[in-house]
Amino acid sequence: MLIRRPSDIKPSEITPESIYLRRRELLAQAIAGGLIAAASPVSFAEPTPAAGPAATLNYRVNAQYTVSAAANTFEQITHYNNFYEFGVDKTDPASYSGSFKPHPWSVEIAGEADKTGTFTLEDILKPHPLEERTYRFRCVEAWSMVIPWVGFPLGDLLKRFSPTSRAKYVEFTTVLDPKDMPGQRERILPWPYVEGLRIDEAMHPLTLMVVGLYGRELPNVNGAPMRVLIPWKYGFKGGKSIVRIRFTERQPRNTWNVADPEEYGFYANVNPNVPHPRWSQATERRIGGGFFDQRQPTLMFNGYTEVAGLYRGMDLRANY
Amino acid sequence: MPGFALGVDPVRFVLDTLGKTALNLLLITLAVSPVRQLAGLSNLIRLRRMLGLFVVFYASMHFLTYIGPFQGLSWPAIAQDIGKRPYITIGFTSLLLLIPLAVTSTDKMMRRLGRRWQTLHRLIYLIAPLVVLHYWKMLKLAGREPLVYASILAVLLAWRVWRRYGRARRLRIGPAAASKTVASRAPAGTSVGSSN
Repeated sequence: MLIRRPSDIKPSEITPESIYLRRRELLAQAIAGGLIAAASPVSFAEPTPAAGPAATLNYRVNAQYTVSAAANTFEQITHYNNFYEFGVDKTDPASYSGSFKPHPWSVEIAGEADKTGTFTLEDILKPHPLEERTYRFRCVEAWSMVIPWVGFPLGDLLKRFSPTSRAKYVEFTTVLDPKDMPGQRERILPWPYVEGLRIDEAMHPLTLMVVGLYGRELPNVNGAPMRVLIPWKYGFKGGKSIVRIRFTERQPRNTWNVADPEEYGFYANVNPNVPHPRWSQATERRIGGGFFDQRQPTLMFNGYTEVAGLYRGMDLRANY
Repeated sequence: MPGFALGVDPVRFVLDTLGKTALNLLLITLAVSPVRQLAGLSNLIRLRRMLGLFVVFYASMHFLTYIGPFQGLSWPAIAQDIGKRPYITIGFTSLLLLIPLAVTSTDKMMRRLGRRWQTLHRLIYLIAPLVVLHYWKMLKLAGREPLVYASILAVLLAWRVWRRYGRARRLRIGPAAASKTVASRAPAGTSVGSSN
């Protein structure tokens, strides 16, 4: 005869109390996650080790910013990009960013602002609720993707430091870490990478500080732990792995403009009418399509025409 | 990479691989004569025609990938690229210059052209630097690789210059021999770099 002994393991020992108490919140998150997965026509590939941590973020989907075309897969976004700090090939970031450590991280706030100093990543991020926005991404090399970023408006962050009236520009500096960034061991570009925006561009509600991708913490490949994203500009304008934000009175000297002023300007607005010296910008190849897919016409300001007012009266041919 | 035999961007991958293969084969073709001379492997000459034709094949496939999958057969865009973007102008020119070499590669054409065959095929000394330049100018940042290609090409061409120069010096025994050498070599020398 089988007499089953009652289990002497208490339920509280199975699930830690902290998680048990958050059960409703976790359920809601799981359901929300499921809905996002069901609504997206993309496949969720398992992250590879190089793709970074799989930690999920707490965010809401901002339905105001979606793209009619299907988003690129996590796999595509994390295995095809330019991040010269890890090497010049598009697969180099995925191959060589594994040992890069985005934690712990601190960010220096400097220049023309009332509150400056060095802050931990946690202090930088704490007050900002995260949202997912799906943006078109247009590389200056005439290829494009559709990417669901997780982040918050950059302007919300910048306002916290009370920039003064002399803050006409914002400069973003990428980390200098030649030990874990093999590209920086070669003089491909003058390191560290510097990018900049006019203050009104930086404060525009479209401009994001990105900390995640597909609901996960931003992978090393794409600029962990945080990167800037300006959807109406070519991708290189968005500095990655930011360690320094400086408010300046004079226009920052952005790295690509220093390296090759004929080909890369300060503004770098997506503009189908202004060709790059070595290729046309009128069309783009959407990554992830078939081998014989047609190119797509490139849209003015990458389709984000609400920013046109920022450049009224400016010669966009001269200010490329 | 899992799931993508040709990577995330197969068009670019195929385009780049075909171009790079053509360039590699071109340098190997140019290495045939030096290796043959230095190693005393006279049989190697049999490989040269085949290697040269492979160069033309890969260069043509590279071009077809560019006009088809890459540019989507958009003729205005292709014409604009070839006309306006120097590195594409250079690449296209080198492909055009390769065509007469491929066409005259048969035994029959060699016999028919006689001495002019060699003069015509010296075009490769113009084409090879153009191809390296095409690759160099295509890259966003030059980096090390085009420098390696340029150096290898420089060595292969320098070997030929040195050989001719050295031979001329050896022949310069008396004034008659020297003037004879110069006279016989002048037309060949000027034909290098011309597009006849």
